[in-house]
Amino acid sequence: MSDTALSRPAGASRLPALSALGPLLALILLVILGAVLNDNFLSAGNITNVLARSAFIGMIAVGMTFVITSGGLDLSVGSMAAFIAGVMILAMNALLPSMGVGVPLILVGMAIALAVGLLAGLANGLLVTRAGIEPFIVTLGTMGIFRSLVTWLADGGTISLDFAVRQLYRPVYYSGLFGVAWPILVFAAVAVAGQVAMRHTRFGRYCEAIGSNDKVARYSAVGVEGVRLMTYVLLGLLVGLATIMYVPRLGSASGSTGMLWELEAIAAVIIGGTALKGGHGRVWGTVVGVLILSLIDNILNLADLVSPYLNGAIQGVIIVLAVVLQRGKSSSA
Amino acid sequence: MERRTFLVSTAAAVAAAGLATPAMAQDKKAVIGVSIPSATHGFMGGLNWHAQETIKRLKATYPNLDFVLATAGAVGKQVNDIEDMMATRNIDALVVLPFESEPLTSPVKAVKDAGKWVTVVDRGLAQAGIEDLYVAGDNTAFGRVAGEYFKANLKPGAKIVVLRGIPTTLDNERVDAFKAAVDGSGIEILDMQHGNWNRDKAFSVMQDYLSKHKQIDAVWAADDDMAIGVLEAIAQASRQKEMWVVGGAGMKEIVKRIMDKDPQLPVDVTYPPALISTALEITALRFVSNTPVYGRFIIGSTLITPDNAAQYYFPDSPF
Repeated sequence: MSDTALSRPAGASRLPALSALGPLLALILLVILGAVLNDNFLSAGNITNVLARSAFIGMIAVGMTFVITSGGLDLSVGSMAAFIAGVMILAMNALLPSMGVGVPLILVGMAIALAVGLLAGLANGLLVTRAGIEPFIVTLGTMGIFRSLVTWLADGGTISLDFAVRQLYRPVYYSGLFGVAWPILVFAAVAVAGQVAMRHTRFGRYCEAIGSNDKVARYSAVGVEGVRLMTYVLLGLLVGLATIMYVPRLGSASGSTGMLWELEAIAAVIIGGTALKGGHGRVWGTVVGVLILSLIDNILNLADLVSPYLNGAIQGVIIVLAVVLQRGKSSSA
Repeated sequence: MERRTFLVSTAAAVAAAGLATPAMAQDKKAVIGVSIPSATHGFMGGLNWHAQETIKRLKATYPNLDFVLATAGAVGKQVNDIEDMMATRNIDALVVLPFESEPLTSPVKAVKDAGKWVTVVDRGLAQAGIEDLYVAGDNTAFGRVAGEYFKANLKPGAKIVVLRGIPTTLDNERVDAFKAAVDGSGIEILDMQHGNWNRDKAFSVMQDYLSKHKQIDAVWAADDDMAIGVLEAIAQASRQKEMWVVGGAGMKEIVKRIMDKDPQLPVDVTYPPALISTALEITALRFVSNTPVYGRFIIGSTLITPDNAAQYYFPDSPF
């Protein structure tokens, strides 16, 4: 993997190598399979459903791509999303009597979500960079902390957004611009910005350099700790953004919100061709990975292929195949 | 030392001490250990709340009772909790809702073998005859009551979809009873997928049902958390007028909507999280009175309708 990183001219844009097309090929095969199995698969409604569902994991996975590329890991994002959703809903309910139902209240809620996300990401980042603790341990710890906090805030039950506020906020998930739902638009914007940041900015190049070899990066006057900290803060902000799009969907948060999102996000990043040990990131690949994961679920629901007990096994096989397709080709190339 | 020697050496004193033990047990505080899964989803959240409320009430009512409550997020943790209660808290009784039947069987049996009272709640142990008291909901009735409502309120040829829970024997019992109840009614079950008793998962599964099936007359969501996700997916597809939804358990938001005669939610089937209160109250009776309480107590699953919804509505509970 480090070979690819070194041989690639920094910042240059070129067509992806054949080996990189593995996940894309898997995605295309899945789309064809879905279309053959069910007539409604390619309907506008179903495509909107799948893309909008992918948006939360998608935004988080784009942030995760930067963390993993620079040699880090974040297991706390699913719990963090639940915690942010809980705090955001409680804050909006608390401010309701003084602010009334209106756009300002929603905007304050959004600002709180982003602020909490930023602080949570900052906490993870500082513990990793300043305290020098392994990212796996830091985020395993914060994963438990965020999950417990939201369960505690909810008193073990569910935190629900006030009904009137929810009616006003609902269109943020369910409506959109020119027939494209908002979560899809925001996800697309995040993906494009992420791709540009990874390929065409100093930040993206530093992430890859640190992930390949942090000692060399340090000797080359790269602010290693600062860049690493930034990746966690960026991820925290994106988790906040994902939560902003998630809350209007069901208007509630509980201890089971965002369960296993961290693993889905990490899986999407790896399926997309980013190296788990860092050094090489591919944002568009991550987007493909996210789509593959949600398409598998969708196809299994639409077609009665196997007993639902085996859904997990099918998912596992496809995830491994998608990576084999890509690794097999890259080693022969 | 002297005292012990004296007691051992005096046969009469030994006999007297043996006789005196039950009377002394009345004087000292009886400690009841309570081990339940932690509040990871709505139903368990409700169960935790009811457990805490009941313990508060029982402590106030019976000053000679004390309780040790431990909640566990995993099987291993629950086994440790029970071992700790035995080793350090000197419990006289254990009220346990096993996380899983098999792994909890021998730790609970060890408690029983030590001569303690054992109450098992909701999920039975893998070996019969360990517990003194068994308190549970009725999963077969839960499926049957829902199935009978579908049979009575849909015409032959009607099409329905079902959301299942997490794959477990409990879920199988419910679904089998439901299928048996609608059998022969001419109602067609189009689809059965797992929604894992989770709102988000149920939302996606229902979205896919709606893309896949042009005609759906009713949905058995089998759980109130899943019903919330299902209703949202139906609203997104603007198909609210086509179908109604039956959940299960008795979540306060759902019960409220039944009270308000929501046409989308005609009824609900109970599977009360307050069953832990039943177990605690009955176990407490064992230590404060001579009421015989050994045996099995099965809490029925009944239909919540707009007429009786008020008696199932607990606005203070988190569930």
